[in-house]
Amino acid sequence: MSTLDDHTKEISEDTSGGAASAKSPDAKMEKQDNGPGGPIILFFILGVFASLIMGWIIFPKLLYSQKKQPIDFNHAFHVAEVENGCESCHFFRKDGTFSGAPKLEQCIDCHEEIQGVDPDEIKFVEEYVSKEREVPWLIYSKQPDCVFFSHVAHIKGADMDCVTCHGHIGESESLKIYEENRITGYSRDIWGKSIGGFKKNTWDRMKMDDCADCHQKYSANIEKTGVKTPTKRLVDHMIEVVSPGSSISGKGDSVQTERDACFVCHK
Amino acid sequence: MKIGRRGFLSFVIGGAAGTALSPLPWKLTDDSSIWTQMWPWTPVPKDGEASCVNSVCTLCSGGCGITVRKIEDRAVKIEGMKGHPVNNGGACLLGLSGLQLLYGPTRIKSPLKRTGKRGQGGWEKISWKEAVSEIVEKLGNLRSKGQSHTVGFVSGSDRGTLPRLFERFLTAYGSPNLMRMPSVRDSYELTLRMMQGVQALPGFDFENADFILSFGSGIIDGWGSPVRMFRANSAWQNDNVKVIQIEPRLSNTAAKSSKWIPINPGTETALVMGLAHVIIKEYLYDTGFILNYTKGFEDWKRLVLDNYSPDSVAAMTGIDSGTIAILARSFAKASRPLAICGRGDGSSSVGLKECMAVHALNALVGNVNKKGGVWAVSDTDYIRWPEIEMDAKAAAGMQHERLDGAGSKKYLFSRYLMNRLPEAVNSGEQSPLQALFVSGANPLYTLPDTKLTEKAFDKIPFVVSFSSYMDETAQHADLILPNHVFLERYEDVPAPVGLIQPVIGLAKPVVEPQFNTRHVGDVIIQMAKGLGGSVADAFPWDNYYSCLKETLNDKWETLVEKGFWSDTELMSPTLESPFDTVSGKFEFVNPDTGSMPQFKPVSIEGDERLYPLVLIPYDTIRLANSYIGDPPFAIKTVEDTVLKGKHVFVEINPKTARSAGIHEGQRILLSTPKGKAEVKIHFFEGIMPGIIALPRGLGHTAYDDYLAGKGVNFNTLIGTVEDPDSGMDAAWGIRAKLSNV
Repeated sequence: MSTLDDHTKEISEDTSGGAASAKSPDAKMEKQDNGPGGPIILFFILGVFASLIMGWIIFPKLLYSQKKQPIDFNHAFHVAEVENGCESCHFFRKDGTFSGAPKLEQCIDCHEEIQGVDPDEIKFVEEYVSKEREVPWLIYSKQPDCVFFSHVAHIKGADMDCVTCHGHIGESESLKIYEENRITGYSRDIWGKSIGGFKKNTWDRMKMDDCADCHQKYSANIEKTGVKTPTKRLVDHMIEVVSPGSSISGKGDSVQTERDACFVCHK
Repeated sequence: MKIGRRGFLSFVIGGAAGTALSPLPWKLTDDSSIWTQMWPWTPVPKDGEASCVNSVCTLCSGGCGITVRKIEDRAVKIEGMKGHPVNNGGACLLGLSGLQLLYGPTRIKSPLKRTGKRGQGGWEKISWKEAVSEIVEKLGNLRSKGQSHTVGFVSGSDRGTLPRLFERFLTAYGSPNLMRMPSVRDSYELTLRMMQGVQALPGFDFENADFILSFGSGIIDGWGSPVRMFRANSAWQNDNVKVIQIEPRLSNTAAKSSKWIPINPGTETALVMGLAHVIIKEYLYDTGFILNYTKGFEDWKRLVLDNYSPDSVAAMTGIDSGTIAILARSFAKASRPLAICGRGDGSSSVGLKECMAVHALNALVGNVNKKGGVWAVSDTDYIRWPEIEMDAKAAAGMQHERLDGAGSKKYLFSRYLMNRLPEAVNSGEQSPLQALFVSGANPLYTLPDTKLTEKAFDKIPFVVSFSSYMDETAQHADLILPNHVFLERYEDVPAPVGLIQPVIGLAKPVVEPQFNTRHVGDVIIQMAKGLGGSVADAFPWDNYYSCLKETLNDKWETLVEKGFWSDTELMSPTLESPFDTVSGKFEFVNPDTGSMPQFKPVSIEGDERLYPLVLIPYDTIRLANSYIGDPPFAIKTVEDTVLKGKHVFVEINPKTARSAGIHEGQRILLSTPKGKAEVKIHFFEGIMPGIIALPRGLGHTAYDDYLAGKGVNFNTLIGTVEDPDSGMDAAWGIRAKLSNV
């Protein structure tokens, strides 16, 4: 027993709380070389810094590849030309589905002939319009295939602005670099520019939490329509499971399949 | 500074702590979860604009309207067309699976020319120009040698502009040999010709009938226009309409009927005669109709009363005389009773006398050409093309008799006898056919006696298939000129089978042709133009599209817009308009041939001592049995008691099985005089003892892995039995035995 006590004492003197299995000869050597405790903390701090730099600075650079759009596009110029704002080109079809990025069909009225001397314009007409090839636009806001999102419910139903989710892209004069996530293949705009997931504006990120933020915020209105946020839905259900009957939302069928539950957005 | 172990460990620990404070682990977790849902091999349907195209399904003769949903330029779903007079929104399994026939792997992607031996599967791609000019050269040579009559054409149908173009081509070229694939329509058409003097299709007013007597017709197993029959059957259930199903096996139709009466197979006609006996004897027939509108009743009555008392019929059919009497009375006393025939899905003919007997039964109760009865429906007369000016060669060719014997002295009123063709080709030393074209048909699969048919085809020096798929017939062809599939082409589809209203449907391209295929109508026109002279003159159109548009004339706009045209001013044929016979009356006895409805047993092949059992086929809506094979979706729905793995089950009554020491699931060798096949045993109480049954539609040697090599083709086990009155195939089964493998 006494031996063990001695050892403990010795180690606590040596390392000020470091690992506790070293034998005395090693400990003595370190004691001679490094002095008491300091360098060990230095290594620890070095490790912390190195990994922070790795995680916050190097990792995002490795994670995303940079891609250029096939041709550049000036939103600001086009918005000024058209009458109906965003919906002139990003319109709703008759059946309520959203058309997304415009097809040649919408461009061709003006761009059958080359307009001006812009090299992108020349490329557009020569490479795409005259060859009847659709432009393979890289879509910044493309969500995974399992996500179902209805534009019409938000724009027409909830009277939201495009800007709320898409930002001021309508005022941009050129298209930014498309940063593609090497693992998922989706744009960086979904997770947001900030690798930490922080956001200042509603349009900085497009993850589920960001949907939930808004749904939570307007829950007073949402209660009326019966739509609840995924998180609230989940919490309600957990309460229901732990203490049946106490949840204000009443009894649900299934957290996944009932009306307005997970499967509304996740197919 | 030396890094010691402790230093290293603390660096690692620091690193771990720092990592936890960085977004790296959380972001990687999120990304990898998304990644797992995004496997590159997971098919992801393309998003885009949705649209719908109204068209017509041509996968069977049902003529259903379809609405095809598209996303951008891809068809994604086939639905029944709402408001269509045939199916009003309904669709069958085959129709729903139609997209697999468009995008599936079995399509032929360009014209092909055989390289190795017949049937060995060696093909080389050729251009359309080469393909057409090869045919033109062959046909030109035959014609210049005065052998134009040795060219034949097999078509799935003979109605609509496309088959009429085939016919026109052959006539202008100089051959009478257009052949339509057999079906119960042959029997019905001939019956209407013999008894009512008309060239017409049978129409059945099922929607207004209140008593259905079906002699083995698979009402919900593919008979007639399948979706219409499904709908009618549901309506009967709601309206308490009696449906009596008479057949040796408890089919799906029998199971859903009001009453199933098992009968000795092949004796249905005897039962009809027995029913007629009771109705006549008890004066239950429609005296008004019989007196005013029929001829020959007395002669037939004598025959019926002398030979078909319920007791003697009971001995033939195995149905007791009491049941026969009750059935006859309830049929005659119903206000709009309707009797139909054609076994299973109606894809094979029945003997003329059987069909005439059933028609006579309808006439007895006076329900011919009236509400709830059988109508003679004439084709809508919209194809009005200029007369063909035949040159001397064509006229000489047309003088020859048809190879199948239809229209000959012996079979004067028969129009097509495709079932006789293999025998005709095999009988001589040289093939009487020098060239054969096949379109919309797969005779090497669907004709009985596959071996004999194959032998005949291999004897014909030049076989051209227009099939879109590598089916059995295409495999044995010299040239394959793939047609567009039904979702890629225009085609008019006149009067769906069994319908009483005049309806024309228009199949139109839902998507662009996916491969280097060509419309068979265009190919025919190009062939004619290539041959030149009077043959080319008979085809004044640039292409099939302009021919079709010109032919449909004022109906075109409606057809393109709605997908179908129907005569809303439909008037039922009235009894005031007399029958087209010489006497102007319905004839129980045909004055030309003297034939009248009676029971002449059709003896099937095989010695009873060697083959103690009787094998019959059965049909199910889950198995496509015509020139189209079951698509993968459809074959997946076939029950485990019908097909398991590669093995098909033969149904046998447990009593028969036990006496032979056979047990459920046993692998066994089924042999008939025509062939042998390894099958598995399935006990089924719903089949009469001594009889065994196999499904039709399996045992393809062609098509894809989903279909090929599964089960047995029933046609490899059965031969034809020629009906002496008509030349049609009247075989309803074949003798068989089971022996250990």
